[in-house]
Amino acid sequence: MALNPKPAGIDWRYLRRRTVNIINLTASVLGTLFGLFWLLWILWTTASNGLSAISWQLFVQATPSPGNTGGLANAIVGSLIMVGLATAIGTPIGILAGTYLAEFGRKKLMADVIRFINDILLSAPSIIVGLFVYELIVVRLGRFSALAGACALALIMLPVVIRTTEEMLRLVPHTLREAALALGAPRWKVITGVAYRAALNGILTGILLAVARIAGETAPLLFTALNNQFWSVDLTQPMANLPVVIFQFAMSPYKEWHALAWAGSLLITLSVLALSIFARTLLRKTRMEQS
Amino acid sequence: MTSMPISLKAPSKLQVRDVNFYYGEYHALKNISLDIATNMVTAFIGPSGCGKSTLLRTFNRMYELYPGQRASGEIVFDGKNILSPRADLFRLRAHIGMVFQKPTPFPMSIYENIAFGVRLYEKLSRSSMDDRVEWALQQAALWGEVKDKLHQSGMSLSGGQQQRLCIARAIAVKPEVVLLDEPASALDPISTLKIEELIYELKKNYTLVIVTHNMQQAARVSDYTAFMYLGNMVEFGDTNSIFTNPSNKQTEDYITGRYG
Repeated sequence: MALNPKPAGIDWRYLRRRTVNIINLTASVLGTLFGLFWLLWILWTTASNGLSAISWQLFVQATPSPGNTGGLANAIVGSLIMVGLATAIGTPIGILAGTYLAEFGRKKLMADVIRFINDILLSAPSIIVGLFVYELIVVRLGRFSALAGACALALIMLPVVIRTTEEMLRLVPHTLREAALALGAPRWKVITGVAYRAALNGILTGILLAVARIAGETAPLLFTALNNQFWSVDLTQPMANLPVVIFQFAMSPYKEWHALAWAGSLLITLSVLALSIFARTLLRKTRMEQS
Repeated sequence: MTSMPISLKAPSKLQVRDVNFYYGEYHALKNISLDIATNMVTAFIGPSGCGKSTLLRTFNRMYELYPGQRASGEIVFDGKNILSPRADLFRLRAHIGMVFQKPTPFPMSIYENIAFGVRLYEKLSRSSMDDRVEWALQQAALWGEVKDKLHQSGMSLSGGQQQRLCIARAIAVKPEVVLLDEPASALDPISTLKIEELIYELKKNYTLVIVTHNMQQAARVSDYTAFMYLGNMVEFGDTNSIFTNPSNKQTEDYITGRYG
């Protein structure tokens, strides 16, 4: 004896619901495939062109003059130096600012203003950041320099770190802070001893993703570090770096340079991929610990 | 609404006098007065929102964290008023520990969970810290279960074990009073039983105050019971008479399950 006897004949409402479901499902699968298609095409082109250009020379020789053979060693080292320096500048400031927003800046006007400005900075085109640093440092020093490049990259990294630090600290249950305070721990000890530990993997993930983002930035470096045909680790001089080398070599008419540009693209793609995978495993580990 | 404070069978550890509490405009506690007996268990019961947790959280000024929450009146502990702005919060919380409804192990090893609190007050050598950790875990009846995995994460324990870890952590700093805010409401019956047995053991050395939704639990573990309703202390007395012979109609209705 069913409470809701089925009506005789065709249930039009059910049929309609099922049709709408099928249409929407098909549309979303097609949309996903459309997006993935281009992504895979880009990856495939990069990999097939880049792999053939990769050799041991790449990592030991500096960028060549037209018509000669060479590698990307100076650009690889330059990128590592500038990304490393940018991370060293951007991370501590970002973590401190994120901590302020999450731990002290709840329901405060100042924090709301900072949060708003940070969101704008987050979506600011990187070329604007490059121009800003150009005006601020390059014009005053009178020349392009690796230091200016690192500052531009740090500025791009900063809002990402601030945002993730704040969000990860907000995810730390409030009861955990209360428990530490109830033991008589002062506020700073609660944050550094308990909240940071609980949010550690999330904050690290944010930093890694920010590093991945600046690793491939070209526009801000064009205005700041520019490029260097030769070996240089002097921070006050222009410095070679992968994105700008790729940009210049890809635009050139020389075949050898094209091959190097492909190899550089593949290197950046692979390192960004590695960073993302590492970041994701960190995040997954956190989720498993919390559940 | 309350009559004169009843006479306790033990000296009072905390003297609560005319405490009022406000969440912004909302008047959550109204002229609460009672005494908490030393080395006894005092239970606060009452329906949700009656103010029993709020009252508990005035004892270690946990509300301090939130702007807009304030208390007036007096809670005297060791001859000093806890609610006075001059009270030393860190010293206060060293003497009055707290265990929360949801287990709150810190994201670190079992050992570090306990050492965290101790390090705030004492500089111990490695071996005396080992001794203290063992002592606290034994007090919380957890030592046997974790002695071989002290350096595993505290989060890897079961819910009931986590709660006993939190009790051990609170005890490790050697408080005089331990506040328990519904310590067993998130646990299964077996873990609850263990916590209750533990409470019975702990009162030999500590003064305990417990907030609970579970009236049978209050009847089982406590020596004194306060029934609260809408921010008022309706009745306060020794647990036996509150549960067998309540003098107030509201108390009787609540404990016989007619509402709440």
